[in-house]
Amino acid sequence: MVNLNEVQETNRMIEEENLDVRTITMGISLLDCAHSDCSTFQRKIYDKITKKAENLVKAGEEIQKKFGVPIVNKRISVTPVSICSAACDHADFPAIAQTLDKAAAEVGVNFIGGFSALVQKGMTPTDEALIESIPEALGNTQNVCGSVNVGSSRSGINMDAVRILGERILDLAYVTRHEDSIGCAKLVVFCNAPEDNPFMAGAFHGVGEADTIINVGVSGPGVVKKALESVKGQNFEILSETIKKTAFKITRVGQLVALEASKMLDVPFGIIDLSLAPTPAVGDSIAEIFEEMGLECAGAPGTTAALALLNDQVKKGGLMASSFVGGLSGAFIPVSEDHGMIEAVEKGSLTLEKLEAMTCVCSVGLDMIAIPGDTPAASISGIIADEMAIGMINSKTTAVRIIPVHGKAVGDRVEFGGLLGYAPIMPVNRFSSYDFIKRGGRIPAPVHSYKN
Amino acid sequence: MRGIITVVGIDKVGIIAEVCTLLAKNQINILDISQTITGGYFHMMMIVNMENSIQEFHQVSDALDALGNQLGLQIKLQHEDIFQSMHRI
Repeated sequence: MVNLNEVQETNRMIEEENLDVRTITMGISLLDCAHSDCSTFQRKIYDKITKKAENLVKAGEEIQKKFGVPIVNKRISVTPVSICSAACDHADFPAIAQTLDKAAAEVGVNFIGGFSALVQKGMTPTDEALIESIPEALGNTQNVCGSVNVGSSRSGINMDAVRILGERILDLAYVTRHEDSIGCAKLVVFCNAPEDNPFMAGAFHGVGEADTIINVGVSGPGVVKKALESVKGQNFEILSETIKKTAFKITRVGQLVALEASKMLDVPFGIIDLSLAPTPAVGDSIAEIFEEMGLECAGAPGTTAALALLNDQVKKGGLMASSFVGGLSGAFIPVSEDHGMIEAVEKGSLTLEKLEAMTCVCSVGLDMIAIPGDTPAASISGIIADEMAIGMINSKTTAVRIIPVHGKAVGDRVEFGGLLGYAPIMPVNRFSSYDFIKRGGRIPAPVHSYKN
Repeated sequence: MRGIITVVGIDKVGIIAEVCTLLAKNQINILDISQTITGGYFHMMMIVNMENSIQEFHQVSDALDALGNQLGLQIKLQHEDIFQSMHRI
């Protein structure tokens, strides 16, 4: 039988340390909506999404009440739109994005992910058309998130797509220039994209998934930070053990919520993504964990090692807590969404180059980084190519969500609001990548990908 | 189905009586009570059996929340599973 101390510990995590379930994400396959007529296709996807996710928000609220743990977001991911729209004679992507936006608003979710294309080895005409439409489609919708997988450890890196995306990201920044180029916060460029990730902006419903599934993303940087306060000055074994135990507890809450949501909605449970996802709130920060570990500021020498340890222990604790761990699972290191990371950038402790090094050992990549609006497209493509190479060679997911803020320069600051927070504009290396990016073609897969 | 009720706040006369009255009216049986008082703060935990509850779980939860506001305390009802999941393998 549970005892008073255990009850108090759980409720302290929820009330004081920001333990929450960050998202219940319903994955919905749109493959059966394919149709040669684009209007019919749109009607079918609207009908399917609004029917399948009809009770998603209500179920989330009921579970929150039942267990007393906040469930911050209810979201939807769909089959990459470039795949399910390939049968359309003339796919009107901006209109399809509007349809997704309307469906999301109808069921009350705050984001719908899957305006995506998987082009790691090559692009179909539909993939190309979708990528070209990104500025208009994401720039003129509220709730639609998109992603493009441009590389994998098996296939190498599609450098044509990398080049095009550098240009389209600048266009998207321009289309949303009156809102600090916020459109770019809804687009992720991936290497080794997971097909069951519940977190935005990179969520999509993979083609190997069931018709409908429930994936849950848990979070709790504040809980880890608090736990580490009790082992101040102790050695790394004790530090690791403490993180692992805490991750176990956090993940078990996610598992419980996922199974409950699956039962209530009569939709199979997919995976738990046991990520430490920070928010701009004090006490909900990855940078604060680094400081608690003994680094003066995020970015100080030792930060990559601290992150490697954190990421690995989070996975180890979580794996014991759930048999189906998936998605990104690890520590996220966004800049704008973490007040400690923002401060580290403002103090001059954290640079783009250090962040890139950190992405070798974190669970995602360069995330929510604001750069000058006049950054050349080739430099953005270069940043993407570097990040994709890290993912490809190390057989891990890497991603770039970068925001070249139109009209802003180093020294300025942008306000995105809400969970997206605010960010100082970070300087980008000013030397050119133009001739490198212009080459086109593919970077071949690494030698260790030939495992068969 | 078992629920866990937690009451936190400044100690005063009649807290347990008020909570128990509300539970009794709903046919909710109390299985266990433990409490501590630290620095004048009252921490109580009750394990209750909700099987025969007249009202739905969320209605009892709202009623306890309202009672807490009336008494100047925080009263929460949570399903037992969240604590079992987190603290038991």
